[in-house]
Amino acid sequence: MAQPHKTPVVFAPWENPTEKPLIEFKGVTKRFGDFTAIDNLTLNIYQREFFALLGPSGCGKTTLMRMLAGFEDPTEGAILLGGQDIVPVPPNKRPVNMMFQSYALFPHLSVWDNIAFGLRRSDMPRDQIGERVQEMLRLTRLESFAKRKPHQISGGQRQRVALARSLAKAPRLLLLDEPLGALDKKLRNETQFELMDIQEKTGTTFVIVTHDQEEAMTVASRIAVMDHGKLIQVDTPAGIYEAPNSVYVADFIGDVNIIEGNAKRIEGGIEIHYAEGAAPIRAMTDLDIADGQRVSYAIRPEKIAVSSEPLTDRANHARGKIIDIGYLGHLSSYFVTLGNGQKVEASMTNARRLSRRDFTWDDQVCLSWTDTAGVVLTR
Amino acid sequence: MKKLSWFNATSLTLGFAFLYIPMIILVVFSFNGGRNVAIWGGFSTKWYGELFNDEKFLNAAFITLRVALATATLATILGTIAAYVLVRGGRFYGRSLFAGMTYAPLVMPDVILGLSLLLLFKVMFSQSGMLTVILAHTTFTMCYVSVVVSSRLVSFDKSLEEAASDLGASAFDTFISVTLPNIAPAVISGWLLAFTLSLDDLVIASFTTGPGATTLPIEIFSEVRRGVKPQINALSTIMIGIVTVGVLIFSILSKRQIAQRLRDEKRAEASA
Repeated sequence: MAQPHKTPVVFAPWENPTEKPLIEFKGVTKRFGDFTAIDNLTLNIYQREFFALLGPSGCGKTTLMRMLAGFEDPTEGAILLGGQDIVPVPPNKRPVNMMFQSYALFPHLSVWDNIAFGLRRSDMPRDQIGERVQEMLRLTRLESFAKRKPHQISGGQRQRVALARSLAKAPRLLLLDEPLGALDKKLRNETQFELMDIQEKTGTTFVIVTHDQEEAMTVASRIAVMDHGKLIQVDTPAGIYEAPNSVYVADFIGDVNIIEGNAKRIEGGIEIHYAEGAAPIRAMTDLDIADGQRVSYAIRPEKIAVSSEPLTDRANHARGKIIDIGYLGHLSSYFVTLGNGQKVEASMTNARRLSRRDFTWDDQVCLSWTDTAGVVLTR
Repeated sequence: MKKLSWFNATSLTLGFAFLYIPMIILVVFSFNGGRNVAIWGGFSTKWYGELFNDEKFLNAAFITLRVALATATLATILGTIAAYVLVRGGRFYGRSLFAGMTYAPLVMPDVILGLSLLLLFKVMFSQSGMLTVILAHTTFTMCYVSVVVSSRLVSFDKSLEEAASDLGASAFDTFISVTLPNIAPAVISGWLLAFTLSLDDLVIASFTTGPGATTLPIEIFSEVRRGVKPQINALSTIMIGIVTVGVLIFSILSKRQIAQRLRDEKRAEASA
């Protein structure tokens, strides 16, 4: 007899209309002189979320975070924490702690005293401070470094001290400003999982600022993609990657092929005529698109199969010539020029050893993909 | 070690000769046994003995020391506060004007500063004395402290102060427990600078001093006008000695500290 399926508990408070958000930005605008850093922004962040603010430098993500910490005041609008306006509350009175990009460890204090700094300034009784510091040292695996000064430990250890210090006061909200930027790639990957683990253990709400899209995808429950002080899209990592709402988001996250063409309506979707003589691309979409409207079609390289003959089970086919192959170990990227000169990237997992690869430079190949593989975008 | 070219060696010799021959002559002649200051009359330490019996000199030295201590402390407090506000206060209205005015005494001729202080003190106090000298010295040394401390503050990572505030420290608490310990080397340098400036100032002290507050430079200067006494050579040698020892200790200590820090950092990276 089949076991009854357990419904997995999906963490998605943003889909529950009765859930009260922990943080609410209400029409927040921030100007520095003539420059508008944040432009009439409204956003809710929920309890226990790991929320990532993602965007290029100068997009306003750091300003948004500094407003949560209290280092900047909004020019217009309100910021609510647990339903209360926190704009008039100075940074040293907010139940919010921040982990700084430079770590900002106090160089004249030991690791122990760095972690205890905030506790000594809280209403925690003196005799409990030692215990709490010890707990933080255990959580970040720093027990043996308690007596060292910040310059006596390595970069990765410093990063953990900064995390322990900002978590010590058990803030309702922890802000992380590019927390892993200074670490090398291997250490960064390890630390990302450590961060997620700690976030789960402590149940704290994390808001992370990063320009590294891979990092945001790995750690976050939701990602806000920002540009010029505005939110372009707020969604789960999968939502952002698979269903971007604009060319900007599609292009910012991961690799993508953008093909422009004129739409023609068909049953359940559209046909995109992108080149004279080439078969149109069939794409399913919910968008209401008029005949002849100019649209962009975004498709990820891994959704396109490279083969010598068309794969008949897929709706879309295009012929072209391989002009370049990028070998990345676990996968190979094929750069193919279609008949109209359009360049398309397709990637295939290297399930077999390289010596038995099927295609090489200048080979004529066929690209195939389904009618749901790509996304139709109008902006 | 690299060998110097003849050109570099000559330049170096000439430069150092220019700097140090006068002082060497002074030190050598402080051990002169003869009465005449320009003719060598055999080795003797008798002028040192006479110096320590000279009430006037000892008194002046003591006053100078007290003035310098008080000046350095006062100037350090005021100069540090001024530097902090100018560097960290943000772009408040009139900031450039304040910054410019803080540094003005650096380029103001001593005579003008002395004269203006003299006029002010005439109105404020019935009699000039040690207090007026201290106030005058504080006025002109404060800006030196301010320059030294602000250059340290500019390079000091502001996020340390933000972190302290984020962790619950008030503005004053942040200054005392985070900012001050980290700018301490600059504050100490500022104090030493103010101390030395006050110690050897003649012009401003002459304008603002009064009865019973004759500082050492004033005493020496008025003595020399009546002819150079060999005791003055002895006194100057002692001062050169004190300054040399002080500078040596300070530089050895800071060099050791830097070397220790580098060793610590290397070890930390290696053990990671």
